Formats: sequence, C-alpha cells, structure tokens
Amino acid sequence: MKIRETASVISQECLCDGIYSMVIATKAAESAQAGQFVMIYPGSAARLLPRPISICEISPGAVRIVYRIAGAGTEEMSHLRAGDPVEILGPNGNGFFAAVREDIRPDTKALLLGGGIGIPPMLELAKSLECDVAIAAGYRSADEMFLTRELLAAGRLYVATDDGSAGTRGTVMDAVRENGIDADIIFACGPRPMLVAVKSYAAKKGISAYLSMEERMACGIGACLGCVCASAGIDDHSKVKNKRVCADGPVFPASEVEL
Amino acid sequence: MDMSVNIAGVRLKNPVMTASGTFGSGMEYSEFVDLNKLGAVVTKGVSLEPWPGNPTPRVAETYGGMLNAIGLQNPGIDTFIERDLKFLSGFDTKVIVNVCGKTVSEYLGVVERLADTDADMLEINVSCPNVKEGAIAFGQDPKALADITEQIKKKARQPVIMKLSPNVTDIALMAKVCEDSGADAVSLINTITGMKIDVRTRKFVLANRTGGLSGPAIKPVAVRMVYQAASAVSIPVIGMGGITCAEDALEFIMAGASAVAVGAANFTDPYVTEKVIDGIGEYMKSNGIKDIKEITGCVS
Repeated sequence: MKIRETASVISQECLCDGIYSMVIATKAAESAQAGQFVMIYPGSAARLLPRPISICEISPGAVRIVYRIAGAGTEEMSHLRAGDPVEILGPNGNGFFAAVREDIRPDTKALLLGGGIGIPPMLELAKSLECDVAIAAGYRSADEMFLTRELLAAGRLYVATDDGSAGTRGTVMDAVRENGIDADIIFACGPRPMLVAVKSYAAKKGISAYLSMEERMACGIGACLGCVCASAGIDDHSKVKNKRVCADGPVFPASEVEL
Repeated sequence: MDMSVNIAGVRLKNPVMTASGTFGSGMEYSEFVDLNKLGAVVTKGVSLEPWPGNPTPRVAETYGGMLNAIGLQNPGIDTFIERDLKFLSGFDTKVIVNVCGKTVSEYLGVVERLADTDADMLEINVSCPNVKEGAIAFGQDPKALADITEQIKKKARQPVIMKLSPNVTDIALMAKVCEDSGADAVSLINTITGMKIDVRTRKFVLANRTGGLSGPAIKPVAVRMVYQAASAVSIPVIGMGGITCAEDALEFIMAGASAVAVGAANFTDPYVTEKVIDGIGEYMKSNGIKDIKEITGCVS
C-alpha cells in the first residue's frame, strides 16, 4: 500500500563527500521491503518531479535513505534537517523478495553486489536475508566509502575501489573473482556497465541473478511510461518489449531485461 | 451551485479532466484519486497495434517544467479495450479516449474499434511532437488537419475532440480548420517542443533529443492560445497546459475554455485533480457564482 504524506525528517548526515543519509518518519515504513524505493518531492515549485531514492534501511515507523547529490533536487534534499517536513510517496516498486522466483533456504549462498550509490539497498536486503550473505561493495576510493560498518555487521563484506586504495582494485566483479566468492543467487544494484558484467557472469556460471534497475522517472507509480527498460520478451502489461522500472521493477531477473 | 459542463452533448459533472499521457488509464492513480469525482478521464494515446515508444531517457525536468519524449508507447487498441476501458467502465466518470496513428487509416482503424465501446468521446492526437510519423504531422498542416478531421468525423460514433499543437504559427486558424471540418471540440495545448543539453557530458538529455515541454512553465502560452482559439470558434475548447491549482484552471476557463485538463501536475501531486475541482467549487462559492458557465470566457 503506497502512502503519500507529509513526513518528518528524523536525522540527516553527510557520510562522505556528496553522499548523505536521511532518516524519515513515515507510514510508508509499515509495508516497505528491501529493494523498494520512495519518491521524495522537492520543496521548490520550480522542481516538479519527485526524486526516486532506494530504501537503505527500514525500522518501525521510519525509513533511511542514502543518496548522492546528483543535481539541484538532491542538493535541496541534503539541506533538510531533523524536524523538517518532507513530502514522500512510498513504498514504490516490487523490491527484491517480490522479484525472487526461487526459495531462499538457510544454506543458500546469497551474493549481494552494490556499486556506488547502488550500495544502499543492499544493506536492508542483507539484514532481511536469512541465509549465508556475502556482500561486495564497489567504491571510487577509500575516502569515499560509506555504510561499510553496517554492511560488515550484516554479512561477509568484500570491498573494491576504482583506484585500489581499499580492497580489490577494480569493480565488484573483480572482488568476486579475486576472493573466489561463490553464490547460489546474486542481487545487484549499480551503474549499467556493472549490471551488464553481473548479468554475463551469472549467465556463464548458471546462477540466477536479480538486478535493481535505475531510470529517470516522472510519476513513479507506473502511469507515465517514462522509466521503461528493455525486456527480453513481450511484457504482459505493455504488450511490447518494455517493462516499467517503477512499477514492474525496479528489481528484475537478469534474464528478463536487456541491458 | 452547478459545476457541470456540456461538451458536444456529453455532460461532465465538473470541468476538470486529466491530460492524456499523464494519467495512464487511471488505474495507477485510482489508488490516490476517486475517479468518480473527475469530470472525465482522458486516457493515454492508443494506436491500432502496440507501440514500443522511444528509447530512454524519456523524461527530464526543466525549470518549472518537464520534457517528455515517451513516443506514445501503448499496448494497442485490443488490450486497451479489454483491460483499460473495462476498468474505466466501473466508474461514474466520462471516458475520453485519446487516439493516435501513423497514417489516417490507422487513426480510422482505432476510431472504428471504439465505435461499439463505452468510450464517451474521442480525442484525436494530431499534436504529439515525439513520434516520427503521424501525430504532429497532421496538426501542423491546415490541409492535413482538415482532411483527417473530416475522415474521422465520417467514421466516429462518439463526439470528436481534435487535440491541437502549440507548435504552429496561427492557433486560431488551426482551431477554425477543425471546426469547419466538423470537429465537435478542440483541446489545447499539447506540449511545446523543447530540448535540454547536459553541459558536463555535452549530450542531449533525452534519447530522442527533443521532447515536449509541459508544466507550469508553459501556462501563459497555453492560456493565450486557448483565448485565441476560443475567440475564433464556437465549438467548445478544452484548455490545458501547466495547470497545478484551481486558480490556474480558472484562468483557462475565463480565457474561454469550457473544460480543463490537468497534466504534469499529477506527477508532483497525485491528488491534484481533486484539489483543483474542490478549489473551483470554493471559488464559485466565495464569489457567488451559481453556474460555472457564467465565467466561461469572461475575461475582459
């Protein structure tokens, strides 16, 4: 059940350069699941469109989002302080568990891959999974790392950095190979080249993989068809090879989307 | 207090409808809005066959507005009738089906398929700026506009609204052409063709390069065009373009619009249509207006 409300900011902090964490008291928390997202509406009337932000953590009565300042809208968001009102719609999208087609048993080895601002949704997922959890998180560099403490507490954490200043030099896939991490199921969120690499790795290894996709959105509820992604087959809703990232996703089986 | 309006013999309980393409077929928004309260739901454009639309990015925000280049993605008329129209028939509101096509015969095909359905009216999209063939090609050429209007009128069982493009030199002429060719009403404006460039990457923000500008940024242009069109024709004019509140809607009504449509504002606030309706009611009450038609075109 999606809630649109004037919610209230509980806290806001800068985690590292350009990355912010905001906890929001909202009824949307009641039904929220790992991998879903919320829409945050800018206060400025000059900015029409809500910003889709993945949910990083869910607690009773509150959601935490961790986001990167990517433009004026997220810049404005970063100035919100404890007690400030914030217009919110959520939870949106399917989330990881609604997308998964197989059973996750206690002995299932789940591999969670997060690249950059694709890392935050992996935290709630790691906390929610009741199985063996390995997480590979890819950052730009050692001084731009965030959420590592929380991720360490939620699973075995492997780090990759673009410049090699922490963990494996390279991408999360380099970290997976270097550490020989095996998996029964993969969840991934990150930049498109990373998702392409994950999809091909999973296909080669015969591991089922679920990708959380990102696209520019307008309505965020499946009406405007602004945020579609290409699908492998004809989609039942659209009747063409397109799926709505906001409503049918954002999490899709890797085999069902074309990257 | 009477908020009802009559468009080509179809009575709308109030003058507020949704703008095509911003509201789907109402299914998703029905979680927020009581569709029974709307004057009409105008559906997203539907074509004969399913259309895949344009590559992404399809949307971009601009100052006080947004660009879109969805490219009329839709599931085709068969699915639309079975699923979308069926859904809408469960509500006490009027259903206006937006029709698009690449050729006149494709438009006619959709119009014929709708003949025996519950659709109350047809809105003919001759103004979408985001597809290579059809749509705006008909809406920018008076001869082509006259031809398609006449042909559709011959086949249509429901009243026909021609949706006009603002990307023309003389909007009054285009409205007059529609009236002279038998249209029952005109609606305007569709989006204004625009472009956004990312200066960091030096690339077009939209995959389609150009897109249609909507939102509050275009409202003064829309009000002016509605005024010009309404002054030129005697058929009803449906006004839209940047409406976000009752005051905006009243501007269009005073400019001569018999009804109005709310578009991009649905993205900013899913409840906006109901707020606009309530706000118009409050304005009428506080200004002693008994019938909304008292103020249609009242600007001086």
